[in-house]
Amino acid sequence: MTEPLLDTQLLEVNLGPQHPSTHGVFRMQALLDGETIVKLKPVMGYLHRNHEQLGEGMTYIASFPFTDRLDYFCAMTNNLGLALAIEQLAGGIEVPERAQYIRVIMSELTRLVNHTAVIGFLLNDMGAFGTPLLYAFREREKILDLFEMASGSRMMCNYIRPGGVREDVPEGFLERASRIVAEYPRFLDEFEALLTQNEIIRQRAQHVGVLSKELAINASITGPMLRASGVDYDIRKVDGYGIYPRFAFRIPLGTVGDVYDRYYVRILEMRESVAILQQALKEIPPGPSISPKGLQLVKSPRTFRPPKGAEAYGRIESPKGELGFFLASDGSPQPYRYHVRAPSFINLTVLEDLCLGHKVADVIIILGSIDIVMGEVDR
Amino acid sequence: MMVDEGLKSELRKQGVYVTTWDQLVNWGRSNSIWPLQFGLACCAIEMIATAASRYDIARFGSEIFRASPRQADLMIVAGTVTKKMAPQVVRLYNQMAEPKYVISMGACATSGGPFHKGYNVLKGIDRYIPVDVYIPGCPPTPEALLDGLMRLQERIKARPFKAAMDEKQGEYAVPAYGDRGLLPRYNPGVWRPPTLPPVVATATPTSSASSSTPPSGPGLGRGPRRLYFSGPVGGMFAPHGASWRGPRACPWGST
Repeated sequence: MTEPLLDTQLLEVNLGPQHPSTHGVFRMQALLDGETIVKLKPVMGYLHRNHEQLGEGMTYIASFPFTDRLDYFCAMTNNLGLALAIEQLAGGIEVPERAQYIRVIMSELTRLVNHTAVIGFLLNDMGAFGTPLLYAFREREKILDLFEMASGSRMMCNYIRPGGVREDVPEGFLERASRIVAEYPRFLDEFEALLTQNEIIRQRAQHVGVLSKELAINASITGPMLRASGVDYDIRKVDGYGIYPRFAFRIPLGTVGDVYDRYYVRILEMRESVAILQQALKEIPPGPSISPKGLQLVKSPRTFRPPKGAEAYGRIESPKGELGFFLASDGSPQPYRYHVRAPSFINLTVLEDLCLGHKVADVIIILGSIDIVMGEVDR
Repeated sequence: MMVDEGLKSELRKQGVYVTTWDQLVNWGRSNSIWPLQFGLACCAIEMIATAASRYDIARFGSEIFRASPRQADLMIVAGTVTKKMAPQVVRLYNQMAEPKYVISMGACATSGGPFHKGYNVLKGIDRYIPVDVYIPGCPPTPEALLDGLMRLQERIKARPFKAAMDEKQGEYAVPAYGDRGLLPRYNPGVWRPPTLPPVVATATPTSSASSSTPPSGPGLGRGPRRLYFSGPVGGMFAPHGASWRGPRACPWGST
């Protein structure tokens, strides 16, 4: 070992909170040796909006509009998580058949929206500035139109309620949804033709930010990130909430657990979502969209007083991972404790382990592949 | 000074176009507003959707989102400004080049929006920096953002160019987190807390004295006064804090 000719020193670099690639207001303090990450410290809380504290001061139903703003890509699945928790807290509210199907349709459409957008952002971070994101948002707009049709709002849907959904889907919704779903594989083929075997993306993303199976399980990672590491765990299969056991779909699994696998697992998941949607749109029966008990709960929220000490934990497979809502009652119309298990927050905890030893430019795409939304991380 | 319209159209037939310097420069300025690429929360997604293919903000010349405040003309405050984030927002505004404009996009940036009651949420970015256009909505649709941008363009076109250049927004004090929230609580040059107009005490006829007894002592004339509630306060529409019944007992027993 020869004596180095130049003295070098470690350099501290601050990324964020205003940074084009931090997916919101996230900040990372990185310690660099040359261009290699030696240490990385995430700083959160720039979007802490007191979600849980506000939820403890209002009725159970009043929290629904706030859940829309948790993970603002996936309003429908957030609503569903809280609805499941409230149904459980009320001792089981039956959900009509049609509402179950509408819930599945909305959840899977949300998954398409989220995965399409996150891949667009990931490619944006990789340096494909603009084009993949424009393709992704073109498809996203079609599905947002469907959401607007059903709920009246593009992003903040506030649609799913305990015991069903707020109102039945309007006339023409199912036909339009079927058309969009039928066209979706074509978009995915186009997207994949451009990206999946692209030499630049393979060079850039393969074997970057490898997350081992053991670390993924120990850090309680969930969602596509866990499945990219090869762990077969999907709450739609494991828990089988709603009517998911009726549908035939597969769980895509990665082999390496790098950024490329996380990208590819999402693409394959979208194909499975399309399969679920095609089955659900074909089989959806007519009928009421909310059960009488659920309607009564929604119409007069202050009469809903769960017994003292009652607890409930409703969990779903949101596009980002396991989204759980924990509710504890003290006998009053407001929850005593209202906690959100936010998947993007927990998935973010392994950021430093993924980034160590990689270059600064890799940090950006590793963060992009984790798929965080700051509204959910900071709550 | 406006050119006579008849003369103008006559000249146009000959291929001569007449306009004023202000109109020409402001036409250029208003159609090349470069926004700062700066998303805070949910509204940022709608801002991106506005920039994407369907709504295409490039039609209005604002598609170049700059990542550095030094290169930006317009700051779109898109989303909830928390007390932790407010200092960075003000600092970014200070770093922007003159003349600079601010659009407050959405209910959160305007007033705190649905999170108004939160302990960590700023009740409107206009407490610290001057806002040119407010856009309502939660989140505003891309059409609303485009409308807000067009309003800003109208404002830019309406001002003489030299006046806009001479006016300096300058820098505003960057708040810091003190032990009781952000200090200063607002920049007095931009915003002041709303004040109620002074109430002129009218002499009430003594014959129609009501059964409820207003509080006696000072407070009936001008100056500080105390209001009182006629009955117990509670329920859904109680003012914030009125439903506070002290610490709630833990349902699992003492902890």
